[in-house]
Amino acid sequence: MAPATLAQKLVARAAGRSHVTAGEVLTCRVDLAMFHDSSGPRRLQPMLAELGANIWDKDRVVLVIDHYVPEADEESRRVVRIAREWATEQRLPHVYDSMGICHVVLPQQGHLKPGLFCVGGDSHSPTGGAFGAYMFGIGATEMLGVVVTGEIWLRVPETIFMHWRGALAKGVSAKDMMLAMLGRHGMNGGRYQAVEFCGEAVAALPMAERMTLCNMSAELGAQVGLVAPDDTTRDWLARHGATDVVIAPWHSDAGAPGVRHEYDASALAPQVALPHSPALVCGVDALDPTRIDIAYIGACTGAKLEDLRAAARVLAGRRIASHVQLLVAPASVRDGAEAESEGVMRQLVDAGATLLPSACGACAGYGSRIPEGSTVISSTARNFKGRMGAATARVYLGSPYTVAASALRGVIGDAREVLA
Amino acid sequence: MNAAGRAWRLPAEVDTDQLAPGATMKHGLDVTARHCLEALRPAFAREVRRGDVIVAGADFGIGSSREQAASVLVHLGVAAVIAPSFAGLYFRNAFNVGLLLLTCPEAARIADGEHIAIDASGARVRRSDGSVLACEPIPGFLLDLVEAGGLLPQLKRRFKPSTEMP
Repeated sequence: MAPATLAQKLVARAAGRSHVTAGEVLTCRVDLAMFHDSSGPRRLQPMLAELGANIWDKDRVVLVIDHYVPEADEESRRVVRIAREWATEQRLPHVYDSMGICHVVLPQQGHLKPGLFCVGGDSHSPTGGAFGAYMFGIGATEMLGVVVTGEIWLRVPETIFMHWRGALAKGVSAKDMMLAMLGRHGMNGGRYQAVEFCGEAVAALPMAERMTLCNMSAELGAQVGLVAPDDTTRDWLARHGATDVVIAPWHSDAGAPGVRHEYDASALAPQVALPHSPALVCGVDALDPTRIDIAYIGACTGAKLEDLRAAARVLAGRRIASHVQLLVAPASVRDGAEAESEGVMRQLVDAGATLLPSACGACAGYGSRIPEGSTVISSTARNFKGRMGAATARVYLGSPYTVAASALRGVIGDAREVLA
Repeated sequence: MNAAGRAWRLPAEVDTDQLAPGATMKHGLDVTARHCLEALRPAFAREVRRGDVIVAGADFGIGSSREQAASVLVHLGVAAVIAPSFAGLYFRNAFNVGLLLLTCPEAARIADGEHIAIDASGARVRRSDGSVLACEPIPGFLLDLVEAGGLLPQLKRRFKPSTEMP
């Protein structure tokens, strides 16, 4: 049999085929469908009623309430109330309410493992690819189709291999790798194909960092971002309740078809995306002095336990600049609790951080928002004009290291200088 | 399927947050529609007419999975979006909510305000001077989807067979 990519193997399994070819359009069986309070119940409930149809398999559905909690106003309360009432009425077995952001809660609750074919009602759903699952984002109407049929159509993707050799320097992280790739390939460089991150620098990353890479495959315009599962995956899943984990078949064969791009992790400096595009990237050392008002550590992209630890490495025993507001919204309640027990949260708070609830927060301007006119450095995924709820704000993106170093200096800064 | 209307020219990389601003998302499509593209073309939501066509630069629809970024254009009466390329997630959402997208490498030739005619099944756009721009052919199942008005009407046929049949 011809050598196959990891993406082809995952799609073939879901389509009940022994082999698939890039470009083929076929129908796949969905193993798991995840949605949240914004994309899910409030849209699905009326459409299901209109159809008079039922959920195909409730055990394969996961609802995470993360976008509009804690409820800030009457409209948010209404959206969240619909989600809660619908979950009760449908007797959904897997509901996570105010426990954190869907892309982080889903694997932490043991729902993801290598080989699965999953869809999510959110663009950052490719995060699941960090676990060797084929997972991509879809809109609410397409989710309706999945929820009533258990199936979805797919054009088998080509694979773009992002091969990273070498080792990251201290203070440089997966976020910097992703921003570098975005600077080179642009926001649609992934052409809605599969991106597979590989090489020794990727293999050395902990799961949370792999999740950051796969999460921002959305910014690359890829359908999925994948990392072949290995012992790091197996160990992490074992600690998070996933059972029957098999990793052996889930890798790209030698000689599998695809485009390959080479990167050197050892040569990578911290990267920053300038307003108003994640692909408008430069090295932090090449940036003009940029005074900031707000440093934001949040979102599925940039506030997992590893991200909080990174920020604390920079900030422990120090104090942020007096004119800066440092906001920290842990990606999940579990991440926040573990950071608390490790003393990481204490270090952040002592440095001057303000703690926010574990939810989507200001990342997409749904719940809270940043002030008009402010200059922000953020560990989130997107800095489109107005995205965080203020049309006149200027949002820069960087790693949690960079956000922390910037909070310390009051201008966008290089964590390597602090950690040296 | 055919359409004809005025062209609204937009730049490259129009994102979902410009089409459907996040802060409006809790209020429903009527409110979101009033703010559609306000950061880019403040007059758009007010002045767009039924049958108008958006002609954009590359990578239209990058960003979020929120399908309101497509359904808001249907709501405002936009007949189609023509661009050299689309974000893949936006492409799926558009057809699922009944919005026609045409991938046209030479979309930049079309002028703002120009009256153009679209032949979706023929995959071409006719300009006001009579010249024709070729587009990428749209697979039959996606043409069917957009002609049905999106996935919901299609699913209705499957789950609720018409009671008017003899």
